[in-house]
Amino acid sequence: MNKVVPDCENCPVHNVNNLIKLGIDMSSYDYVIALAGNPNTGKSTVFNALTGLHQHTGNWPGKTVTRAEGGFEFNSHKYKIVDLPGTYSLLSISTDEEVARNFILFGQPDVTVIVVDATRLERNLNLVLQVFEITDRAVVCLNLIDEAERNGIEIDVRTLSKELGVPVVPTVAREKKGITELLKYIDEVATGKYVCKPRRIKKRDKKLRQAIEVLKYKLNKVFPDLPNLEWVALRLLEGDQEIIKAVKSGEIGKILQSSATSINRESYSGEIKQ
Amino acid sequence: MTERDEIIALANRLRWEVGGNFHDSLMESLYKEASEIVKKTVRKKGGEFAFSLDRKIDKIVTNKWTGFPIMFILLALVFWITVQGANYPSELLSGLLVGDLYGFLKSAFISLNIPGWITGLVVDGGYLAMAWVISVMLPPMAIFFPLFTLLEDFGYLPRVAFNMDSLFRKVGAHGKQALTMSMGFGCNAAGVVATRIIDSPRERLIAIITNNFSLCNGRWPTQILIATIFIGSLVPAHLAGLVSAGAVVGIAVLGIVFSLVTSWFLSKTILKGEASTFNLELPPYRPPRILQTLYTSFIDRTLIVLWRAVVFAFPAGLVIWSISNITIEGVSLADYFINYTDPFAMLVGLNGIILLAYVVAIPANEIVIPTILMLTVTHFGLQISGAQAGVMFETGSMEVTKQILEAGGWTVLTGINLMLFSLLHNPCSTTLFTIYKETGSLKWTVISALLPIAMGFTVCFLVTQLWLLL
Repeated sequence: MNKVVPDCENCPVHNVNNLIKLGIDMSSYDYVIALAGNPNTGKSTVFNALTGLHQHTGNWPGKTVTRAEGGFEFNSHKYKIVDLPGTYSLLSISTDEEVARNFILFGQPDVTVIVVDATRLERNLNLVLQVFEITDRAVVCLNLIDEAERNGIEIDVRTLSKELGVPVVPTVAREKKGITELLKYIDEVATGKYVCKPRRIKKRDKKLRQAIEVLKYKLNKVFPDLPNLEWVALRLLEGDQEIIKAVKSGEIGKILQSSATSINRESYSGEIKQ
Repeated sequence: MTERDEIIALANRLRWEVGGNFHDSLMESLYKEASEIVKKTVRKKGGEFAFSLDRKIDKIVTNKWTGFPIMFILLALVFWITVQGANYPSELLSGLLVGDLYGFLKSAFISLNIPGWITGLVVDGGYLAMAWVISVMLPPMAIFFPLFTLLEDFGYLPRVAFNMDSLFRKVGAHGKQALTMSMGFGCNAAGVVATRIIDSPRERLIAIITNNFSLCNGRWPTQILIATIFIGSLVPAHLAGLVSAGAVVGIAVLGIVFSLVTSWFLSKTILKGEASTFNLELPPYRPPRILQTLYTSFIDRTLIVLWRAVVFAFPAGLVIWSISNITIEGVSLADYFINYTDPFAMLVGLNGIILLAYVVAIPANEIVIPTILMLTVTHFGLQISGAQAGVMFETGSMEVTKQILEAGGWTVLTGINLMLFSLLHNPCSTTLFTIYKETGSLKWTVISALLPIAMGFTVCFLVTQLWLLL
């Protein structure tokens, strides 16, 4: 039996239950931020810069193997931030990738900050685009911009932001440069002031398009509240065991229940603005 | 068939219709979009390749011929700085904690009319064990960890993994084991947790079981002390420091060799399988931020590891004092154990005292040497002022330590065997607990504990018999 969680007007966190299920203590936070990115792009350094904590950082990929959590306050909002293990993709599943994907998918953070290495933008964008398939609210943190400059790489941040449909903030996390900007955008996306329109991959193949549509229709009938039907349909087509399991047991409906309330909340904050 | 099962069945059917390569075509469009975006937003100035300096450095440090020598030289340099630098602060701390504060506590307890056995247990046992651990461990850790962290920050560790990758693959293990092994040089428990970066359960188990062969921080002081006393003294004084450091590096390298051999053995027997491939990204070199590194490595590593040692040292101190002072028919429990195990221990070139010390030191390897010294003095009834049953004491100079050990029947052979046994014995209880938590299996935890002990006894036995033959 799915119990519909009522949208509580006093608590802005729409998905508290799922987060608590993932082991996040949400008792005194307004929003949850997930920190994702390729290995060794400086996620932990950004985490430290935001929280003032001293998570051990190291110049080697794969240093963070578990979720680290911290908190900060900005604009009188209290934020919980979760540092996820670095991953190159969300598609081929290894332990650390699973931690990251499950959190972004099932935890439904209010904002997903994707830290990218400015010197290796093209490869990093692969992950960015994959994250965009799962979540609507993201901020891209264009880290190591100093290294890019030193190596003669110039990035047009405004165009990049337009292309991606989300805020892009250049930073040098080691020197805490750009962190205030990053905070500002996180806050705007979390509160709904900035409405993201993340770029989605065009599926050109006609057969694939049709298959997705058929599955979406079917899924929608069984799980009317499921957000991101397209993504779930695609994963089913690919034979993703975990998603298959979640659909079989009906767990996916429970896990993604929150989406309905999340839409409510968006309209709610929209009303306030008007 | 439920509606949910129907969805799965539908998906399975559609998958065939769409064709098997749509995953590839999806990935292709992913790459295509990424490169389109990059084309619109990224501009490269000048014609020169990015990271040309990095490439030049990499050509040297990952070169077939120069890679390994550079690795060993860097390792030796780190130890040499640690050995040289830790001496003076160690003496200062022990003068303070073991000398002055110990005397103050002792007289305070006596003047407060606290019963003798409580004073003995708490001050002579628990407190002294803690004081020793701090004075012996803190200085080398405060030097070793920052140096290691600087290398890490600079970006050298992935290059080590790169160099070692082919070796680990040849023995059927994962190339990333080189990284977890390096973490083990600080602390085996941390190394075991770090194996989470290895995806395949088989290779991860190999990495977990063999992590113990990375000399951990709790064992460096033992190695350094024994090498200085027994190996350094074999050569003229001006070479002693260098030779001792060389001996410690030798043991560390031997540990790597054992790690490889054991990995090979495991992947050919109980953990059969092929090595999986992986991508290792060589990150750019970054100038380390010295001050911040000093700060974080002190907070993150030094204090945490020290705290653990202190927490374990106190109860261990209570145990040492108790077994040395509880007697049955006039013979202490410690003496019973020592007399009983001595014949066997002699066979492998050690002695009963060393074995007892290793039993007591299961929670923390750091207290092996103090325990050995204390037990030697009480067991042989040596007359050294201030030493009494169950008191772990700081011997002011190396010379006194050497005299005590020699009075206990130690030779160069005993020293070498102790260094070997310190490398090859069961992991400490924290590491074992971590192994249990990570594997969730009692069987693998027991194997991780027993395998190195069996190897330790075998190696010491062979060395002893060979030594006696020559």
